[in-house]
Amino acid sequence: MTARTFVCRCEDVTLTEIERAIAAGLSDVEEIKRYTGLGTGPCQGKECLSALGRLLVARNLIAPAALRPFTARPPVEPVTFGALAAGATDHPEDPSP
Amino acid sequence: MTVAMGRADTPLPADVDVAVIGGGIMGLGLAYHLALLSGGKGKQPLSVAVIERSYLVSGASGRNGGGVRMQWGDAGNVRLMMDSIELCKDLAQQLGINLWFRQGGYLFLARTEAGERRLERNVQLHGEVGAPTRLLTAAEAQAIVPQLDVAEVRLATFNPEDGVVFPWAFVWGYAAKAVERGVVLRTHTSVVRVEPLAQGFALHLHTGEVVRARRVVNATGAWSGALNHQLGIDLPNRPHRHEILSSEPLKPFLDPLVVDLSSGLYFSQSTRGELVTGISLPDAPDGSDESLTLHSSLRFLTHLSATLTRLMPITAAMKVLRQWVGPYDVSPDGDAIVGPSPGHPDFIQVCGFTGHGFMMAPAVGRLLARWLALGEAHPMLARWSPGRFAAGGVARREDMIIG
Repeated sequence: MTARTFVCRCEDVTLTEIERAIAAGLSDVEEIKRYTGLGTGPCQGKECLSALGRLLVARNLIAPAALRPFTARPPVEPVTFGALAAGATDHPEDPSP
Repeated sequence: MTVAMGRADTPLPADVDVAVIGGGIMGLGLAYHLALLSGGKGKQPLSVAVIERSYLVSGASGRNGGGVRMQWGDAGNVRLMMDSIELCKDLAQQLGINLWFRQGGYLFLARTEAGERRLERNVQLHGEVGAPTRLLTAAEAQAIVPQLDVAEVRLATFNPEDGVVFPWAFVWGYAAKAVERGVVLRTHTSVVRVEPLAQGFALHLHTGEVVRARRVVNATGAWSGALNHQLGIDLPNRPHRHEILSSEPLKPFLDPLVVDLSSGLYFSQSTRGELVTGISLPDAPDGSDESLTLHSSLRFLTHLSATLTRLMPITAAMKVLRQWVGPYDVSPDGDAIVGPSPGHPDFIQVCGFTGHGFMMAPAVGRLLARWLALGEAHPMLARWSPGRFAAGGVARREDMIIG
């Protein structure tokens, strides 16, 4: 594989960048996410997370049984502000000082 | 050079001059500045260790909106933030990392008479202190952000020096440079007991290791109470939960961070292209969250969306990608709690920043390091003294706490 292998296609995170994170001592999916931005794009890690997990296991950085996905952030799929606004029960038209 | 920033097995010395508990931006910024200052000509370098319970960027430093502004309501805070923004200007070069710092300004909108008065008072104050904030009419505000519906806007202020950063890179940058300069950084390690010694403290770690430190800095923010209680230090800062979200990334269209004073809504476009936005939730309990569970809510999404789409209708078609929660470490008078603890002068607080610690951290790290390493005073240190609460009532000077 070449240095331009993309692991996270949403955020353009390459294998080289993951290697750099591992070289900095990072071995947890949460910290690698925060070091590289992996998994923070439109697919929210649905594509790249398993590839990262596999890499960490292959390097003996984590035992398969200990591997966990990073915290799921709602919404499950992207939703428009317009659709969400329709569900509001508060009344933003009452400004307070 | 790659330095280790996330290792649970970094060797820790048995004795250090300064142990910093908490690897957020406050702890790491302080460690970076201590490393820069100490060991100058003919001086013995200070040994510094930073101990983080989880991974770096796990707490509030990795969860905030990245806003950096001079537009405060109190002269001390305005001056502090002028220092912080000045430091941000060449910090990327110093840290060797892209901080995504972008000075698109902050645009404050007032929709009530009371809000209008606040903005007028701020502009007067900022002029006296030397911050380039100016008053704008609703039409002038709309010229800066054409997508705004300004029908209800009575007055606005704009400061072109204010801006946004991407918080994660900031923390990694401080960490890498601190480690390069000799700071020992240990992550995934809890301090389970703080034992006072005749001189300094013994920190007992969950691994069974013990580190003795001449001085200890509590930089654990919203999590600071538990450590303080071990030493009988009773301070009034408490964790509050605050929610935030980001949208799908779009090409740059929004220069400033916009704040609607009436609703507490704020939104900006990060250099990554996402809209990053939060709001004060009405009718919420006081927001206290001692459990620090950090769960997201649907109510936040719907309330924010209703307010945002009303102020900027074009956002109705934009998509929310992710929401999360971060804790504010709220101090009752809105001022931070920094300095020697009551009864334990060598146990030093750098807490209580009430949701605005990230933007203040560049200036705070430097001034606190100068005090610790050189004994240099700073006017904010007198004001932030942890001992002030024992004296009784403290006046709230700051009303520009947003979110």
